[in-house]
Amino acid sequence: MRLWRHLVGVPASVVALFPLVFVLAASLNPSGTLTGSNDLFAEVTWQHYATLFTDALHPFPRWFVNSLVIGVSTAAGSVFMGACAAYAFSRFRFRGRSSGLVGLVFIQMFPQVLAYVAIFLLLSAFKEVFPPLGLGSTLGLIMVYLGGALGVNTYLMKGFFDSIPRELDESAQMDGASHAQVFFLILLPLVRPILVVVSLFSFVATMNDFVIAGLVLTDPDQQTLAVGLYQLVSYQLGQSWGVFAAGALIGALPVLILFQFLQRYIVGGLTSGAVKA
Amino acid sequence: MRALRFLPLAVADALAVYGLVALGGQRSWWMFALLLAGTVAVNAIYLSKRAVPAKYLAPGIVLLLIYQVYVVLYTGYAAFTNYGDGHNATKSDAVAAILAASEVKTGESRPIRVVEKDGELGFQSGPGWRALPYAEIVARQAEIVKLRVPAEGGVLKTADGVTAALYRPTLTYSGDTFTDTAGTVYRDDGRGAFTSAGGRSLSPGWKVFVGAENFTSVLTNAEIRGPFLGVLVWTFVFAALSVALSFGFGLVLALILDGYRVYRSLLVFPYAFPAFMAALLWQGLLNTDHGFVNEVLLGGATVPWLSDPWLARLSVLAVNVWIGFPYMFLICTGALQAVPRQLAEAAQVDGAGPWRVLASVRLPLLLASTAPALVATFAFNFNNFNVIYMLTGGGPRDAGAPIDVGSTDLLISLVYKLAFGGSSRDYGLACAVSILIFAVIAAVSLAGFRRARRLEAAA
Repeated sequence: MRLWRHLVGVPASVVALFPLVFVLAASLNPSGTLTGSNDLFAEVTWQHYATLFTDALHPFPRWFVNSLVIGVSTAAGSVFMGACAAYAFSRFRFRGRSSGLVGLVFIQMFPQVLAYVAIFLLLSAFKEVFPPLGLGSTLGLIMVYLGGALGVNTYLMKGFFDSIPRELDESAQMDGASHAQVFFLILLPLVRPILVVVSLFSFVATMNDFVIAGLVLTDPDQQTLAVGLYQLVSYQLGQSWGVFAAGALIGALPVLILFQFLQRYIVGGLTSGAVKA
Repeated sequence: MRALRFLPLAVADALAVYGLVALGGQRSWWMFALLLAGTVAVNAIYLSKRAVPAKYLAPGIVLLLIYQVYVVLYTGYAAFTNYGDGHNATKSDAVAAILAASEVKTGESRPIRVVEKDGELGFQSGPGWRALPYAEIVARQAEIVKLRVPAEGGVLKTADGVTAALYRPTLTYSGDTFTDTAGTVYRDDGRGAFTSAGGRSLSPGWKVFVGAENFTSVLTNAEIRGPFLGVLVWTFVFAALSVALSFGFGLVLALILDGYRVYRSLLVFPYAFPAFMAALLWQGLLNTDHGFVNEVLLGGATVPWLSDPWLARLSVLAVNVWIGFPYMFLICTGALQAVPRQLAEAAQVDGAGPWRVLASVRLPLLLASTAPALVATFAFNFNNFNVIYMLTGGGPRDAGAPIDVGSTDLLISLVYKLAFGGSSRDYGLACAVSILIFAVIAAVSLAGFRRARRLEAAA
């Protein structure tokens, strides 16, 4: 009875994991090219990792730190703004409430890739007036990401807020709690699973973006992993395959680790809130 | 402690005042007015005792207005213009550029001396002007060769910093027309260019409104319509199959592996691996000559996974399902766990077998609770730029098409190529297609969400 389940589970796991095993093997393979990477683990070398951390033209450690900084700030900002908006939509009745929510989701369906030129012009204008928000600024990039953070996140989080009984905040208010105390002290701890899910998703999305990040940050020292690694391999994928594999593996580590630790939340957060929206 | 509440507002106001001063200094009165109105509104919201929901919405809305609403509106505006290569700037910029481009050398080179006063460079010496020594001429060469000093109905330009020659434009501009030395007259053709009676245009042109032309050319211009419709169909097929297949695999795995924690930890890996890297990785694995799939799994075959039109479509779909099925697996696992046990038990008591319980109780509830995620995934894959761009770049290219379009191009990668790739970038057309994509995806998603809500109500 149990065995046949493994007959499905094992092949599925192999398909899921094989490419990652291949990356690991390629990153340790001395040949460093795509052609020579098919003998998995025949010989092992750390040289590609060494190249990655010493190559002055491609400051990989900087990219890694930049990506983490941008990813964490964007995730924190998105989750905070999303939670605030979700609280307003879930707990208050005001004019334009339902159309506002639909409008948020609607406007966010315009993908930022399509907005490339408009964002470029906007940030060029900002650069003239207030450089910290303009082209070439990390903060400017984070702001662009935050501008696109409200729609789907708010929708997801509102569903989760709705699933928490209103009686809870009403009784707290009877005891004299202000709206801010209800939000920060009572509701936020209760909606933790969805906070985790939304911040994780926005972290992943930020790590994955290379179009807008490549547009805003042009100085190699400021670039993110996605932009840097893409440029590293875009012209000669086969040639710098070993270095790419090493970079991809290290670059993927934060997300891989987060996912393993936060799985519980992901399963719970996605279903209990998202589906009741 | 109480005063601390106002600290963020105070910081925001300080920044706003700085911005107002800077904008005032540049005389950007439109932006000045917008910033002022925004600042007043934000202060009103946070200083009043009422407007509680607005206090929670304001930060997000402000950023949304700047970075999303503005961008959508700008794209909408540009869709009605001929913005693109050769039509970038205003008419007066175009006139200056045309005149400069038509300049030819008239007369012999004459010796000059490059002089400087308060950082400004010139050729004529006079009181207060300082002649540049040779070392400085070399150091500021780039600046010097760009110098244009007006003289005798033309300009003096230098190539070496020691001699200069007089250049005069061969075109004359008067009464909004250009006339060349042969007497040909170029008039403003109303489409952002100066054009002669014979149909020759001067370059560059400038940005003008072209009405709905970009939209109609997508739908009526036979050269664009064919590829566009092909890409449109493929985009729908790609998004729908991506959702259906990854949901199918995810659901089956969730049903079979329910309760086996270790598989959940393993299967989540492709989803946690950043998608753009996964696509690049698969590009290597599927390489025709050296890829692992051909060389090892197929024993040295040379299957053109990414360069044959149909195989490439199959490959991007397969890779996208590989990236996407763990998400569906997680969602289905969660949704199955959320189905109340009593419901299944009640059905069993009523005599339903395991298949019946699955088909009549668990699946309908699961479908109802995962429907919004399915709609969202469809919308995401409709615009899944990363996978296509990293894996095939849209290719293999359709050699017969007049625009750069390939068999795996989605609408979004087509737009990207129209706007930023290739030799003749047509930003106006790209914006028009963007607006069409936006309309399609919004309509599909709204209909999908409505349907999902009905499913949920029925469940």
